[in-house]
Amino acid sequence: MSSESLINEQSLDRLQRAAFGYFLQAINQANGLIADNSRENSPASIAAVGFALSAYPVAVERGWMTRADAVKRSLSVLHFFRDSDQSGSPEATGFKGFYYHFLDMHTGARVWRSELSTIDSALLLAGALTASMYFTANTPEETELRELVETLYLRVDWRWSQGGAATIRQGWKPECGFLHYGWEGYNESIILYVLAMGSPTHPLKDDSYKAWTATYQWEHLYGYDYLYAGPLFMHQFSHAWIDFRGIRDRFMREKRCDYFENSRRAIEVQREYARRNPHRFAGYGENCWGLTACDGPSNLLLELADERRRLFGYAARGVPYGPDDGTLSGWAALASLPFAPEIVLCAVGNMLQRYPEMLTAQQYSSSFNPTLAAAHSSAWVSNGHFGLDQGIVVLMIENHRSQLIWRLMRDCPYVHAGLRRAGFRGGWL
Amino acid sequence: MFTPVYGVPDSEAAGFSRFLYSRIATMQQRNAFYSTAPPDAHDRERLDNVHPTGWRNPQPAGRYNLVVVGAGTAGLVAAHAASALGAKVALIERDLLGGDCLNVGCVPSKAIIRTARLYAEMRNAEQYGAQIPSDIRVDFAAVMERMRGIRARISRSDSVRRLIAAGVDVFFGQAYFTGTDTLTVDGTKLRFKKALIATGARPNTTCIPGLVKTDYLTNENIFDLTELPRRLLVIGGGPLGCELAQAFCRFGAQTIIAQEKPLFLPKEERDAAQLLSDAFARDGIEVRLNTRAVNIRVEGGQKLVDLVSDDYSTTVAVDAILVGTGRVPNVDGLNLEAAGVDFDTVTGIRVDDFLCSSNRRIYAAGDACLEHKFTHTADASARIVVQNALFLGRQRLSALTIPWCTYTDPAIAHVGLYVRQARERDIPVKTFTIPMHDVDRAIADDEEVGFVKIHVKERTDRILGATIVARHAGDMINEITLAMVAGIGLRTLAHVIHAYPTQAEAIKKAADAYNRTRLTPRIQWLLRRWLTW
Repeated sequence: MSSESLINEQSLDRLQRAAFGYFLQAINQANGLIADNSRENSPASIAAVGFALSAYPVAVERGWMTRADAVKRSLSVLHFFRDSDQSGSPEATGFKGFYYHFLDMHTGARVWRSELSTIDSALLLAGALTASMYFTANTPEETELRELVETLYLRVDWRWSQGGAATIRQGWKPECGFLHYGWEGYNESIILYVLAMGSPTHPLKDDSYKAWTATYQWEHLYGYDYLYAGPLFMHQFSHAWIDFRGIRDRFMREKRCDYFENSRRAIEVQREYARRNPHRFAGYGENCWGLTACDGPSNLLLELADERRRLFGYAARGVPYGPDDGTLSGWAALASLPFAPEIVLCAVGNMLQRYPEMLTAQQYSSSFNPTLAAAHSSAWVSNGHFGLDQGIVVLMIENHRSQLIWRLMRDCPYVHAGLRRAGFRGGWL
Repeated sequence: MFTPVYGVPDSEAAGFSRFLYSRIATMQQRNAFYSTAPPDAHDRERLDNVHPTGWRNPQPAGRYNLVVVGAGTAGLVAAHAASALGAKVALIERDLLGGDCLNVGCVPSKAIIRTARLYAEMRNAEQYGAQIPSDIRVDFAAVMERMRGIRARISRSDSVRRLIAAGVDVFFGQAYFTGTDTLTVDGTKLRFKKALIATGARPNTTCIPGLVKTDYLTNENIFDLTELPRRLLVIGGGPLGCELAQAFCRFGAQTIIAQEKPLFLPKEERDAAQLLSDAFARDGIEVRLNTRAVNIRVEGGQKLVDLVSDDYSTTVAVDAILVGTGRVPNVDGLNLEAAGVDFDTVTGIRVDDFLCSSNRRIYAAGDACLEHKFTHTADASARIVVQNALFLGRQRLSALTIPWCTYTDPAIAHVGLYVRQARERDIPVKTFTIPMHDVDRAIADDEEVGFVKIHVKERTDRILGATIVARHAGDMINEITLAMVAGIGLRTLAHVIHAYPTQAEAIKKAADAYNRTRLTPRIQWLLRRWLTW
């Protein structure tokens, strides 16, 4: 049996539903917040909430959740954010319409001295906007939902997030102000720039998108021309909400490419890297890849194993420059599904066949590492599950199956405006 | 009169800076011209070459065609070149001929880096299929003695005797301009038609509270160490800090490197800097990025340094601090105002593209005026000055193609434009990347970390710039520099036969990759049609 045939529509449905299950398990029903991961005492992740808000419409469409339940959960968390402490104090929830990266699951207060995260706030708002585009019924609940989303989006002071610089800062802390570095090079933040450019209330300056894209690197690597970014998630996250097929900004017009095609090439580069496997890790191959930001084994494990090797724990693994410690993410391969279904299905099938242990409770673990095989020769597997991993799987499988999220967001006026202000033209735009 | 100060008080040797040689002398005479190096035969030879005992300045020979202030790389190159062309040249040096490069810069650092690399390879011997030596013991004194021997040997080419033989009048002392065409040195007045200010630069050490009150290292005194500090904090992630942090870590010092920026070598591209961060971590260096040193104090014989990263504060205790937070030009004490020479204490002598200062008689070269403070840039700028000052030349600094290299392991070399610079100028740019793990010789040598990236103007083969991260990046970048200067594109480079197997073959592979992109679908179709016979 070929690996591809292992992954049919039914198994895709099973994997997608299982991934969605995370948002049912990790929610605080009282406020709608979603835990960052399934480990004990995990705080909430605002980005995971964004994925949840986008996943509820999928669940409604797939019959896994009633519309009323989805609206209720969405309203719960949107109320929470609207009413949250926006003072920017060290224990607040947010500031200037942005939110701290990690929040207490119960109180919603900032935890871990985390930063006011621009990209995670954008992922949260992308989810909220998805909900507002889906729940369009003329009922009091869905009307309120849309009004809440409008309130949350319009109050974000995107221009403030530039901190006087040409590009958006990565974050801000009450203790020290803006983190003194911005986004550099292509990454997952197109969605951030699009939402920030599309704001009718506090948009970015006109030249900020150009300033960010000035840091792009168009590379010819392993025989492929592509806009370089090492970790796979950078080629996926913005694509969960925006259908980049056929629409091009100035950079992509110059390169005669688009971001969707670019992600497909990024997959080819991942395959080529895994085939070369320069560090000679176990398991790697053209049908076993997926280097991305994920949990991973740590040096603590290394000491126990008495091996001479560096392990990176939670890190943004990437190709071709690493870091690479032999850790792969099955979900990262699956989340590439819309870009190159035939390649991805083959890889996903192969990886699941060889390392079924990467699925626990039918959900993808954050990562697995075949080089660190246990005594019974199964791969090392990350404990528990992470909301971002499950969320991207739900959304990208859905975009592959029905293009639901893409269709919803195509009609979002703020996304439309943001794309156009960023210089996107053509295609559905 | 110059008299080397040798020896160190016993009480000092037993005191707080037990691993330093004659720290008191260094602290008292940081900017003076006394060497504090141990009085071994090597240093006696070097000093005899670059500032001999009992030296007497010559009588000035009327008006000089060219007076050169500063005998570092730029000054020496200019003096030799001008004299060879028949000019009457005076060269003034307040300290040591050869400047930073020979005495406290490139030469000693590369010497110890070589030994450090050897230690790293010994520890990684199994990686090469060899046995790890049973007792790898770092003999730091031997490391430094080797360095001094190399430095002494290389000092011969910078010697005062070579200058005299070349017809250059050499003066030791502090130069002081007294007019637009005169200066004094050691009480002697020199008149000139043209002058070159090549006074170099010195470490910038003014930025950290408490630093000046404590004992600290810079490139000016770190090569005087005779014992390895057990714990070393390197402040600054520029070339000097990166190179020496890695070397001292490999000698066995517990090394922390604190860099204020998010990545090391902030001018380099992020992948290069990221690979360097990873290499540091592999070596065991404790990497602290986005981190500022905000206060330094001494307690209980150890140095306590407060480090702040965004909102996180920590204090580290170390035995030595190396400061590598940039360099400032030596423009003080020259009375440049009297000469009508505009200057800035941060950027140095203000010069135009011809390296001429605000006084048309006076030029500048090297670290005293350039942004890129490298030995080879000093050399090139000095040659421009000789042409422009003495022979009505119109050579421009901006026309130079300047490569540079940071000699870490892997080394990071660059030439020409970065992608960002090209894009800011609206030049469409494409990068041909060859990871070193695709290069046979790099695989054979187990030196696969790194890449060759060659940036070309999109849809042409014109090379705009290149970055190389590789064990031998410094040697490899020269081929790209040659191609750029000669106007050779990637298409021609693809026709250059490279010896196999060499790591420089990565450049050929990049050129081959370019050639393959010329095979458009239409051309491929035509080729297929042709081959149907």
